[in-house]
Amino acid sequence: MTLTAFITYAAAAAFVLLVVAVLGSVLVESLGGSWRSGWWPDGGTLEWYRRAWATTGVARALVVTFEVGVAVVALSLVAGVPAGYALARKNFPGKSALMLVLLLPIILPQITYATQLAALMYRVGLGGSLTAVILVNVVPALPLVILITVPYVEQVNPAVEDAARVFGAGTWRLFTLVLVPLLLPGVAAAGVLTLVRVLGSFELTFFVSSADTQTLVVTIFGALSNPGGVAAGLTAAMTVHYMVVAVVGLAVSLRFANPVQALSRR
Amino acid sequence: MSAAEPTTGVRGGGSRVGAPPQDRAGGPIPPGTTSASFSSLRMEGVSRWYGRSPALLDLDLELSNGEFVALLGPSGCGKSTALACMAGLQPLTTGAIWRDSTRIDMLPPERRGFGMVFQNYALFPHMSAQRNVEFGPRMQGAGRAERARKAAEALELVQLGDYASKLPSQLSGGQQQRVAIARALAVEPEVVLMDEPLSNLDAALRVELRTEIKRLYQERGLSVLYVTHDQEEALSLATRLVVLRAGRLEQTGRPEEVYTNPASAYVAGFMGYRNLFSGQVSGAGHASPRGRTAGVVVDGTRLTGLLRGGAATSAPGAPGDPVSVAIRPEDVVVGSRGGRGNELDAVAEVVEYHGRELAVQARTAGGSVLHVRTDQHVGAGEQLTLRIDPERVLVFPGAGAGAPGGEEVGRGDDH
Amino acid sequence: MATTTEPRTTAPHEGDAPPAGALRRRLAERGVDRGLLLLLPAVVVIGALFVYPFLYGVSISFQPLQGGGPLANYAEFFGSAYQRDSILKTLRLAVPVAVVAVLLATPLAYQLRRDFPGRGAVVLVLMLPITFGSVLVAQGMTRVFSTYGWVNLLSGALGLGEHQYIYNYWGTFIAGVLTTLPLSFLLLMGFFGGISPSLEHAAATLGAGRAARFWRITLPLALPGIVTVFTLALVEAFAIFPSAILVGEPDNATHVLTLPIYQAASQRSDYPAASAIAVVMTVLEVVLLVVLFAVRDRLFRGTSSGGKG
Repeated sequence: MTLTAFITYAAAAAFVLLVVAVLGSVLVESLGGSWRSGWWPDGGTLEWYRRAWATTGVARALVVTFEVGVAVVALSLVAGVPAGYALARKNFPGKSALMLVLLLPIILPQITYATQLAALMYRVGLGGSLTAVILVNVVPALPLVILITVPYVEQVNPAVEDAARVFGAGTWRLFTLVLVPLLLPGVAAAGVLTLVRVLGSFELTFFVSSADTQTLVVTIFGALSNPGGVAAGLTAAMTVHYMVVAVVGLAVSLRFANPVQALSRR
Repeated sequence: MSAAEPTTGVRGGGSRVGAPPQDRAGGPIPPGTTSASFSSLRMEGVSRWYGRSPALLDLDLELSNGEFVALLGPSGCGKSTALACMAGLQPLTTGAIWRDSTRIDMLPPERRGFGMVFQNYALFPHMSAQRNVEFGPRMQGAGRAERARKAAEALELVQLGDYASKLPSQLSGGQQQRVAIARALAVEPEVVLMDEPLSNLDAALRVELRTEIKRLYQERGLSVLYVTHDQEEALSLATRLVVLRAGRLEQTGRPEEVYTNPASAYVAGFMGYRNLFSGQVSGAGHASPRGRTAGVVVDGTRLTGLLRGGAATSAPGAPGDPVSVAIRPEDVVVGSRGGRGNELDAVAEVVEYHGRELAVQARTAGGSVLHVRTDQHVGAGEQLTLRIDPERVLVFPGAGAGAPGGEEVGRGDDH
Repeated sequence: MATTTEPRTTAPHEGDAPPAGALRRRLAERGVDRGLLLLLPAVVVIGALFVYPFLYGVSISFQPLQGGGPLANYAEFFGSAYQRDSILKTLRLAVPVAVVAVLLATPLAYQLRRDFPGRGAVVLVLMLPITFGSVLVAQGMTRVFSTYGWVNLLSGALGLGEHQYIYNYWGTFIAGVLTTLPLSFLLLMGFFGGISPSLEHAAATLGAGRAARFWRITLPLALPGIVTVFTLALVEAFAIFPSAILVGEPDNATHVLTLPIYQAASQRSDYPAASAIAVVMTVLEVVLLVVLFAVRDRLFRGTSSGGKG
């Protein structure tokens, strides 16, 4: 192993350690009693979890998070997979401009359009509703689905589709008998990666949601930035709920998809 | 890979020779067609433009029932575009396609009722060989039992009966292309379209499957439109050749007509005339049984050749007019001085051993490179006297019309 | 339809303009056919929920709540030194974050570009900060980096003394690197992985050692990708938001551009003012994107085939 490789691996190990420490500390905090200083809290307790369930609306936020996640994934797949297919297969005037517009929502940070979108939602009377939370989260999710779908479509030999048509399949049977089975891995990857992203999406939900329609991340941010001060253990317990959901989602998504491949198309 | 081919040793397929031609009327009629049998399929004035560049220009093409027509040309000549237009996979810019008196160019591909074999097989990767072959009958509305029967029959026909349950990824290239052929035959098509079906296979398999296609064509009474850039494939399979050049028809005719009497230097380049030169007319010749001859000068060397193309019918060109001269390597005789006809001095530069004969690259006194095939012993660096029968030197009007573009040309140059 | 007879148009010739056929044919030839309807749902969604709100935001930004002319919101933002300086503070944070993230991620992605045992686990750990987002990263940082946190306990035990890492510029900086680096790493791994190993093998047969192969082959091929990743990282870091509040000094050193947006929208419900600042921010981001991508395309015209994507 060369020196540069050694330094690189050492840096990687330090970074991984840091990430683990940052996330691990939340887990320790949630399970610990009082922890003013020192390496570990004084004694363990499940009290924070009990209180999180009883008082902070974690249960409600979990349900909202789940509802939003499923709805956003469903809507994004329905709109995004056909679009990804068309963009992968077809050439038409203005294609690159359209592609840019369709992908802009994930190139630009969410906060650049979050407040305008929130203002519009309040203007049309949807402000604070679950519908609004779902709709705004579709905006960055849809381009992600398109981005993941395109390379999967490109892997399918176009002659296979030609063959299906020549042998008598109309558009509907071309989709149901040939394309859907061939694209299923890509669609699954897109769905799970999108779900994970929606779970962690903060800015858009933050500006549009109301107390009843907050996702878990927004609830946690509320608790963290509360000037009155919510006990660190309590917010940590809330966060652990979120972490469990996200880690499960992430592990599942990595089984389906190579994130490098998916993200490098960004 | 070829060792896995189930057909090795079954050449000739004696048991299958007697198979009766398919009863076309018995099969379900593909939607969009009006009767079960056609007499001719015609493209009339078909053009296809990509933006401002044409891929096909005013092409007329006819395929009669029972014909095997090969579309021949280098890459980019429009042959695959023509096939895709015929299949309905690409829209026409102008022109029409007729099946007898029915116009079919506005029909989507799924309603034209053709069978098609693709260059890269295009098997459905998620379906077994059998399900691939069943696909067409299934789209035609065949019941489960019927399509299983048709699939079994078609797979048997390409000698893959034992491979029905394999996925494409479990089959070799040659086997995959056999499945693709079975899939095209299972729909009992009026016309089978083939888009360079052999070009992805290695040399031995290519020859084997070529014979197989010919056998199926003869036994089943098929009508085939076949696209290829390989003259050997076209000559050995087709009942009629159509040579395309830059989207236009250059020459059409029976294989032996085109082979012995190419209409242009371009076609000659395809038909084994590996030596193509630019030259000038130097003098009028005389009438011979095969046409008029003329004297030409190529790089300072005087040759007498047979006027061909436009020059054969119109008046021979005036001295100085540019011409293209085409000579087959096997028509150059390595011999001694003092005979009849064209005689040249040359030096053998590169000598390749090809088994029964040698391929020699010789440089003439005038500096041109001449490809020669001979069964005589020739060593590199040896001084040669070359002799060419004037009737074997073809002279076409116009310069630079030679060298059919593209390195794809002439895989079968030397046969 | 099958039997309509159209008059034959005259034969076209090379060099002519393409002949004018039926409109449907001409469009189909250019790829415009019913297949494009597949794009419709996505176009409607992005049009209604991204393009239109964006234009709506621009339009309300010129209709200030307090009156005072259409440009009042912009005048107020640029008129106040405190607000105006948030642009500088954003750049002071975003540029170092993007530089550090890409500088650290590049060698890492290069070393890990090929498959190796445990790569999946490394990718998983690196994906975590992206998945959890900056809110959770900031939360975890309080325990790790606070004055009585693990890092200070460690440096105290090693005799290096204690430092204040959070609730100042560095807190937000660290949070930014923690979330930007993994993203840069994953993108870069794609770029490096997309460079065919045969190129390095070819260089090796021509006598190039490890260092020469990296500096002369791999890096030049990956450079456009690195610029792309830097640009995306910079734009991402430009919008640092929760960590500026949670582990930064939101009134002072980390009063970045997102905070006046947040204050106007969330605390004052003044959406026109928030939109005006968001428009300013968008313009700056688009300028960064356009300039950096133009620089990339100018510098690396020949190496475009190096990376994928």
